[in-house]
Amino acid sequence: MKKEIAEVGQPMKDELLHRMASAAYWLEFAKKWLWITVRFVLIFGIAFVIIYPILLKLSIAFKSMDDLYDSTVIWVPHTLTLDNFKLVFQAMNYPQVLLNTLLLSSAVMLLQTATCVLAGYGFARVKFRGSGLLFAGVIFTILVPAQTMMVPLYLQFKNFDLFGLIKLIQGEPANLINTYWPFIISAALGMGVKTGLYVYIFRQFFKGIPREIEEAAYVDGAGYFTTFRRVILPNAVPSMVAVMLFSFVWQWNDSFFTNMYLNEPKVMSSMMASSGYAIATFLSGGGQAETASYVQDPFFMSMMMNTSVLMAILPLIILYLFVQRHFVESVERSGLVG
Amino acid sequence: MRFRKLSLEQKNRYYGLYFILPWFAGFLFLFIVPLLSSLRYSFSNLQVTNDGFSLDFIGLSNYREALLSHESYVRILTESVVDIAVNTPLIIIFSLFFAVLLNQRFRGRVLARAIFFLPVILASGIIASIENGDLMQSVVRSANDTAGGGLSIMKNLELAVLLIESGVSMTFVQYLTGAVSRIYEIISQSGVQIVIFLAGLQSISPSLYEAAKIEGSTGYEAFWKITFPMISPLILTNLVYTIIDSFISDETSRLVVDTAFKSYNFGLSAAMAWLYFVIIALVLWITTSIVSRKVFYQD
Repeated sequence: MKKEIAEVGQPMKDELLHRMASAAYWLEFAKKWLWITVRFVLIFGIAFVIIYPILLKLSIAFKSMDDLYDSTVIWVPHTLTLDNFKLVFQAMNYPQVLLNTLLLSSAVMLLQTATCVLAGYGFARVKFRGSGLLFAGVIFTILVPAQTMMVPLYLQFKNFDLFGLIKLIQGEPANLINTYWPFIISAALGMGVKTGLYVYIFRQFFKGIPREIEEAAYVDGAGYFTTFRRVILPNAVPSMVAVMLFSFVWQWNDSFFTNMYLNEPKVMSSMMASSGYAIATFLSGGGQAETASYVQDPFFMSMMMNTSVLMAILPLIILYLFVQRHFVESVERSGLVG
Repeated sequence: MRFRKLSLEQKNRYYGLYFILPWFAGFLFLFIVPLLSSLRYSFSNLQVTNDGFSLDFIGLSNYREALLSHESYVRILTESVVDIAVNTPLIIIFSLFFAVLLNQRFRGRVLARAIFFLPVILASGIIASIENGDLMQSVVRSANDTAGGGLSIMKNLELAVLLIESGVSMTFVQYLTGAVSRIYEIISQSGVQIVIFLAGLQSISPSLYEAAKIEGSTGYEAFWKITFPMISPLILTNLVYTIIDSFISDETSRLVVDTAFKSYNFGLSAAMAWLYFVIIALVLWITTSIVSRKVFYQD
């Protein structure tokens, strides 16, 4: 048996030697390896540029005060210290902020995905006069910058009222500024951060699912909603994962709406913007003059800012490490393709 | 038989509307209504009082103030538009190129993709804005530069001299070297575009490439004759996405927000936002009408 293989292998080896003798083979070989090298350098270089700021923040966050003023320390601190983390942890009330952000982002994610998957399916399947116009509305919500509607939205949530109902009960319209309700309401009604994009993704995806599947379900006696729940929704899992991740992360990072609706820094994105002041106040014990003296050391404040930014995005990076593979696959199989 | 079929279709129309209903409610109350009232505010002087707010109609004077007498609006607006005109082609070419690279088979592909999608996760906006003018980072960066390591490879002065001497036009060289020094900005803005292109590349049937290979095409020809036309609708999509995305996170929008919530000039802010929207719409209309002529659709 072995001998047979060797016999078969012998002419192949000869052929290989023969081919190696020709110039064309070497040209091909060189071209291939040149490309592999160029590709490696390009990808490695860009990957480095992407993670460079994170590495930089990591290096800064572990530095102690001594290393800060030591000009021989650039990347690796002499003494690794967790003091910066501890300080930011206390000054920012980190556990509370983390919990708030997690709850808000998850709630928004679930509501947005639910509304958008329904709307996307509706848009993919309805056909009547004016349905194109409705979908143009979705595109329109993507196109109009949020700044255009910022003031009316703010006033609307400041004097929130459902057809005069709340005024009837409480005597005055509810003030929803500085609560989480604006986020919840806009997410549930599909008008949150970038929701138009999600509706668009789902619609593209559902358009790709053949109608025959639904028709088979109807023939088997399933109703419209049962069909959606038991036949269509399981198929949509990949695009749902992609949308859920997008919506979670973009809510987490959104600073526009958070700064508009929340006055006190209760969530990560608004915390990042005000971390410097919060830390100075914390260190000085609240006194005005002492706060100023802390703010005067720009290196120290900058180190604190870096640490707090790192701590704000750390949960996202950890989350991404877990879902990364799933996310990449889901994006490839989702309806992102037109 | 015919009657039944019709009724099922009618039922489908009816139920489809139920699915859209939550979105439609939001569209009416959180989009159309604020949009119209914002248009109204832009023509009036809005004063916040104890019981809500009051409006005085003052015609076009908010627009006049924004365009003619505001100290920085016009300058910032032109800067934003020029920025977008410069960055958008770079972002599209960059993301298409790297999507093609990431679509090839090589060792460590999973890791490379994970890193390339990080900008999507880290939503460049805030982080970039905090990084600007950050002291510690510039200290480390300058230390790196003097040490000759890190990003100083990006110092492309010699390359620029070389290109100019070989007769390439000056503006083009400046554009290219500018692109290299803005590489981080471009990368952090092209995460979603890479994802979209990659998804598109995966959907091209491999049999097309097989057939081309049998006919004896090179990789270069395969790219321009197969990949590029097949992916051209996505170029349009990405173009629109890039333009909108860069408009949303720039200086002008910050100015609009500050005018409303720091100087409490709501009418002026609304007028600025509307001018801004009209310009976005114009830019989008022009670019899409140019590009969509070249786009190839399979069906």
